[in-house]
Amino acid sequence: MIEAINEAMRQEMERDPRIIVLGEDVGENGGVFRATDGLLAQFGEGRVFDTPLAESGIIGTSIGLAINGMRPIAEIQFLGFVYQAMDQLAAQAARIRFRSAGRFSCPIVVRSPYGGGVRTPELHSDALEALFTHSPGLKVVMPSNPYDAKGLLISAIRDEDPVLFLEPMKLYRAFRMEVPEEPYTIPLGQARVVKEGDDVTIIAWGATVPLAAKVAAEMEAKGVSAEVIDLRCLQPLDFDAIIASVEKTGRVMIVHEAVKTGGFGAEVAALISERALFSLSAPIVRIAGYDTPYPVPSVEDDWLPNAERIVEGIETLLRY
Amino acid sequence: MFDPGKLPVEVVQILDENGNGDERQLAAFSDEWLLRAYREMRRARVIDERLLRMQRQGRIGTYAPFSGQEAAQIGSALALHKDDWIFPSYREVAVCLMHGMPLEQFFHYVQGRLSGKRMPEGVNIFPTQIIIAAQTLHAVGCAWASKLKGEPHVSVAYFGDGATSEGDFHEAMNFAAVYNVPVIFFCQNNQYAISVPYRKQTASRTIAQKALAYGMKGVLVDGNDVLAVYETMKQAVEAARRGEGPMLIEALTYRLGPHTTADDPTKYRRPEEVETWRAKDPLRRLRLLLERRGLWTEAQEDALVAQVNDEVTAAYEAAIASKSGSIVDVFDYVYSEAPTLLAEQKDEVMRRKQRSGVR
Repeated sequence: MIEAINEAMRQEMERDPRIIVLGEDVGENGGVFRATDGLLAQFGEGRVFDTPLAESGIIGTSIGLAINGMRPIAEIQFLGFVYQAMDQLAAQAARIRFRSAGRFSCPIVVRSPYGGGVRTPELHSDALEALFTHSPGLKVVMPSNPYDAKGLLISAIRDEDPVLFLEPMKLYRAFRMEVPEEPYTIPLGQARVVKEGDDVTIIAWGATVPLAAKVAAEMEAKGVSAEVIDLRCLQPLDFDAIIASVEKTGRVMIVHEAVKTGGFGAEVAALISERALFSLSAPIVRIAGYDTPYPVPSVEDDWLPNAERIVEGIETLLRY
Repeated sequence: MFDPGKLPVEVVQILDENGNGDERQLAAFSDEWLLRAYREMRRARVIDERLLRMQRQGRIGTYAPFSGQEAAQIGSALALHKDDWIFPSYREVAVCLMHGMPLEQFFHYVQGRLSGKRMPEGVNIFPTQIIIAAQTLHAVGCAWASKLKGEPHVSVAYFGDGATSEGDFHEAMNFAAVYNVPVIFFCQNNQYAISVPYRKQTASRTIAQKALAYGMKGVLVDGNDVLAVYETMKQAVEAARRGEGPMLIEALTYRLGPHTTADDPTKYRRPEEVETWRAKDPLRRLRLLLERRGLWTEAQEDALVAQVNDEVTAAYEAAIASKSGSIVDVFDYVYSEAPTLLAEQKDEVMRRKQRSGVR
């Protein structure tokens, strides 16, 4: 996935000279995960900037750059560090269009690795997407595989609104996948049916998609037909895909790494109850991080959604 | 050792509070320029006083008056080109008017209307910032873009003494100096952040000296002396345009009125202190100079005040008469294209509006 992300930025920078990349360690070092590897060498110091260590500064200056004609791709080194930039994201970037009644827009992309399971120090693994889906004006994209990552990132870069592009750290090098060499786009706001099924719908995004798909495949052998939907994008949200699947299966599980209470899963569950309540045969099940701070590495595997918890959830759904 | 006690504290001043100054320095300012500066400052003062009264009469919403700060605002704005960018906070009404904001639009803003938020095309003023110091970073980014594009424009961040305590101010100063971008940090040190006085805001003797730590030039100027402010700003702007990078200007001034119309300054400052600053009024000293040069009379003053009052009345009435907008409009400026769920919410509101229209 990291190569797909790198290629998307490289190809877009070749296409559009207004695109610049800025962030901590994104230049000489090519990013702590190598997402921006080689960009400085190819595009030079006028396009790729190692910034001072200041998250609010990175986002705040990106806003100024964007309103004056540039297309910045900013990197927040780990999503847990984004609290430092919350005002600039949620109160500034998100509202530029609104605050100027359409005179200005803020076409920036903020890339950030997120998610657990890789034994990081504190505040390096948090899934904080719900902070941004609760901030009107921002778009939130969360890819789950290399193909989607490239197509969605190119769409994000070409988008006229600020986009949070949250990359599951655990999937950066988790598996290889054929990705077309030429640039392509995947529209923001289109979910993908990862696996079709009739008995249960599993809704996931980002890091939990491969997990859900793996469990669904295993359940197939046990005679349970689970449908897996990868939302890919939380804002805008493809609720038509959700509703279509719910109407088919009548049983819904939502799986995300973020803490359960107030997580985006709650929003999905609310939408289903508003629009497809009478299609449900069972209460909606949410498998999520527990309502604690993200834990220490020695216990994170028991904290994160895992196969055992998902299987349990499916069994619960099937009891109805 | 870097000893802050040994830093020089020199205040740039050309016109003292009694309208006197070094004749050679004064000679550099034409009669025409002095008259323009005075007219603009008087216009700003009349508008400010009218807005304050109109708020008391319930005709506009909360308002943050700037009386006392006209020299800092007009003097700095006079040194800018129309294509330069301004990033104001909420007390920079005089700056914005100088830089092209129509007065009628400001009435839309203080009447709480969405239309008040949209600057006309070609007026390079960023929307009024509420979060203290957030705009300093936007100014740096904007200046950075100008530099990358090879355009000769400068960006100016306007903020107050309180803003210098914010993290964003620090990050903005640092980025500006590291990337050597054409931005001016223009601080109006009006001595108070709502009720908190300068001495509680920072242990730094001056704000201007903070520039040093970033590898930037800083300058302290008498913010009630429009000549000194203009001259200082002009030098900073010219240096930035030449590619010499950012500068921090601290304009020493005083907010004569309340923080906003919701504030009672008698709770935190003594009347004697206000009187001390009234004696340093930026308009009074320039008027003394104009009168000494035989350029200004009481009759001219009265005519100008009457003219501005008429202008205010006309702008207010035009704002009142124009279409006020409705709840339906708020959905149009969130995204370039409303996502389906948002569009549904707009439809819901429109249906309700239509129904109530039928009734």
